[in-house]
Amino acid sequence: MLEETVPLSHYLMLSATLFVIGVAGVLIRRNVIVVFMSIEIMLNAVNISLISFDHYMNLSNGQIFSFMVMCVAAAEVSVGLAIIIAMHRNKPTVNLDDFNLLKW
Amino acid sequence: MLLKLTCLIPLYPLIGSIINGFFGLKIGKKAVGFIACGSMILSFLTSVLVYVGYLMLPEGQHVYEQVAWTWFGAGDFIVDFGFQIDPLTLVMMFVVTGVGSIIHVYAVGYMQEEFSYYRFFAYFNLFASAMLLLVMGNNFLLMFIGWEGVGCCSYFLIGYYFEKKSACDAGTKAFVVNRVGDFAFLLAVMYIFNVFGTIDFTDVMHAAPEKLIYGGEIVTIITMLLFVGATGKSAQIPLYTWLPDAMEGPTPVSALIHAATMVTAGVYMVVRCSVLFNLSPMTMTVVAFIGGGTAVMAATIGMTQFDIKRVLAYSTVSQIGYMFLACGVGAYTAAIFHLVTHAFFKACLFLGSGSVIHGIHGEQDMRKMGGLKKHMPVTYWTFVVSTLAIAGIFPLSGFFSKDEVLYHSLMDGNIIFWGMGVSAALLTAFYMFRLVFMTFHGESRVDPSVHPHESPKVMTMPLVILAGLATVGGLLGIPFHHWWHMHILHSWLEPVLHFDLASALQHSEHMLHQAGQHAPSWTHLLEPTEHQWWTELLLMCFSLAVAVVGIFGAYMFYIKRPDLPDKFTEGQWGLDMVQNKYYVDELYDDAFVQPTIEGSKLLWKECDAKAIDGTVNGTAKIIGWCSRQAQTLQSGFVRNYALFIVVGFISLLLVMF
Amino acid sequence: MELLIFYPVAGLCVALALGVIFNNSPVGSAISLIGMMLGLAAIFVLQQAHFIAILQIIIYAGAIMVLFMFVIMLLNLKQGDDKGWASRDQNLLLSVLTGFLTLGVLYKIAEVLFSVDMNTPATLPDTFGTVAVIGETLFTDFVLPFEVASILLLAAMVGAVVLAKNKLD
Repeated sequence: MLEETVPLSHYLMLSATLFVIGVAGVLIRRNVIVVFMSIEIMLNAVNISLISFDHYMNLSNGQIFSFMVMCVAAAEVSVGLAIIIAMHRNKPTVNLDDFNLLKW
Repeated sequence: MLLKLTCLIPLYPLIGSIINGFFGLKIGKKAVGFIACGSMILSFLTSVLVYVGYLMLPEGQHVYEQVAWTWFGAGDFIVDFGFQIDPLTLVMMFVVTGVGSIIHVYAVGYMQEEFSYYRFFAYFNLFASAMLLLVMGNNFLLMFIGWEGVGCCSYFLIGYYFEKKSACDAGTKAFVVNRVGDFAFLLAVMYIFNVFGTIDFTDVMHAAPEKLIYGGEIVTIITMLLFVGATGKSAQIPLYTWLPDAMEGPTPVSALIHAATMVTAGVYMVVRCSVLFNLSPMTMTVVAFIGGGTAVMAATIGMTQFDIKRVLAYSTVSQIGYMFLACGVGAYTAAIFHLVTHAFFKACLFLGSGSVIHGIHGEQDMRKMGGLKKHMPVTYWTFVVSTLAIAGIFPLSGFFSKDEVLYHSLMDGNIIFWGMGVSAALLTAFYMFRLVFMTFHGESRVDPSVHPHESPKVMTMPLVILAGLATVGGLLGIPFHHWWHMHILHSWLEPVLHFDLASALQHSEHMLHQAGQHAPSWTHLLEPTEHQWWTELLLMCFSLAVAVVGIFGAYMFYIKRPDLPDKFTEGQWGLDMVQNKYYVDELYDDAFVQPTIEGSKLLWKECDAKAIDGTVNGTAKIIGWCSRQAQTLQSGFVRNYALFIVVGFISLLLVMF
Repeated sequence: MELLIFYPVAGLCVALALGVIFNNSPVGSAISLIGMMLGLAAIFVLQQAHFIAILQIIIYAGAIMVLFMFVIMLLNLKQGDDKGWASRDQNLLLSVLTGFLTLGVLYKIAEVLFSVDMNTPATLPDTFGTVAVIGETLFTDFVLPFEVASILLLAAMVGAVVLAKNKLD
């Protein structure tokens, strides 16, 4: 039992579960910040998947790509939060449902 | 090599028309007139050169064809843009260019004070070009182009005074009535192509006796359709109603188009297809009857009209009836002879009437004329000469041509045709001299404020030339067979009109036997006919006597005892009908025009407004409705959008896996 | 040994993720997220990807989540500001739909995964996942994406400054 390794599929299962939880969070929550955090969950799930495949195939591409994902996540979060701050100046709420002026 | 100039003949008036049309306003009246007349005279001179070239053709070659280019080909149907010079074409060319030039010169004087001077000459030249194309074309389609072209120019020129509603209506009427005839003509051409596989004149006429059965249905249908087209263009029953109304146009137009050239296009076409008509005796009978009937009917109407140009219009219809009568009995030479002499004296009559109208400043009603003899001597004398010609007095040209028509209608036709011809001759002499006496003789009924004067030289010179031609034109057809074996026009047209009846009948018998049918007995047709001299001389004297009776009658009615017409017609039940042209116009209006207008209104209201507009607007409305439904997708709620993203992504996954 | 580490940590990550989305207060959500990221770093270590694990902690848990906290504090969001996770109008419908969606996707993924045999890991050299190896790959094979990523970060920086600036200047 100590010699067994975790099968790849279990790692991928974890990745999928976290991803789905992230999607559910985006759909359900009304607070903008929490929606953002759900997006971060999704990105992390993808990272797990990439690293797992790397481990099982002895490649290093996945890790590099994971590095890039983190990079992009950082950029995205900074800009996104800046936008939220700018929106908050116009309308002092973080309720996503209140920003509904872009309709027909 | 002189014959190579053929293609230039219709080209000169076309260039003149284009120059006048586009630059007429800039170059001034004098230049416009010069270019127009100059191009016509150039065409005439070129025709003379081509004639000389034709005479130099080697023995045995009677036709010269010049193909300019191949117009189009669609499968087996190849149409060339080509010109054909043969004796018939040369005669027509001379008439069109010669008489046309003279009338152009006259028009320079007549239209001097009109507005849009250049427009008139542009259309006039265009007409001449189209007419030349008609007579010079070497296949049916090219002739049809000229046919349509002259109809179109006739419409333009009749409606020249477009500010008058009656002129516009007259133009439209001419065009529409012509169209009916053109439709029949086109059907005939299509049928000819179906039977022969080609529409070249030479090919069709050579192959006709071998392909068509004498008196069979095919040739009868073809020739009947061709003849309907001819009635439209040449104003015979039943399509003649446009010609009297066409007098709304200026007088030179009436002279050229409705006397000398366009209305004779139908006769030309029938003579050109003489081979086809010879193969169908039934059509010939129809042609002769319609020709004779029109001659008599138009003459009766002409007797009661008071507008000087209308009388001449009905006289034209009547004379063309004569030409068709001649065609119908097989005397094509006589028809062409009468065409040529008619061009001379009718053009002179029309130009003379124009001179009269010009001299009394626009008055056209004969009841307001009279006693103009002393004011307009040149006009008067040329007018009298032409009237004597049309009445058929020896030795003027009209006598010879009319006599030939009457002789052949008796000998080759039957006594009914001759009777129609003679009655028409009597009536012609009567009403033409009625016109002369009412206009030039007697008391002056002219409006006192108008001072009649003679027309300028540019208008009277053409009158003199035409009157001279009307006098000596008879030389073309004096039957000199007996003494000097020479009938100039007949021997000239012989190559075109040559028709070997015996071999045609043989071919027909052969074709009928092949089809398993029995050929009827045709031996009676092959009996040789001799030219009976004494009969002809007797007939000449008789027609002369008839003409003199007519003139005397007119003299009695209008000079000696001017009250006689009123007493004579008092209470006559027929006068009303004749004066209103037998109510034919009203009949056509009720039978054809009103139903068409009502039908069009119905189509407009139902089909156009409701169905088509409804469909178009309805489509727009449906699209609007769909958009409104789709608008609800754009709600502005971010989470809705997120939901759609996720749903779309999942469905994509499901589809892929 | 691996099994003993993996399953509890994985379970912890899932629980904390659920905590992120179901928590009432944004600060609570942020703390849960930090915990989840640390758990993921542990899993990365388990996979011999040391460098990435450290990066996860430094960048994600260290920088990004701090930024999140900053903004939450700046906007002065209080507990209960957002009335839970109730949706707009059709409360029940959306929840049920989302529940079905998640369960369905999970089932499908499981089905795909367990039908294929891919469970034999390859042998790994000792240097797998070390900084040296990653650095070598990064600066030879992937130097272009690296440079582009730096430009991306530059753009993001400028964008963030411009967007969040006080307009009264």
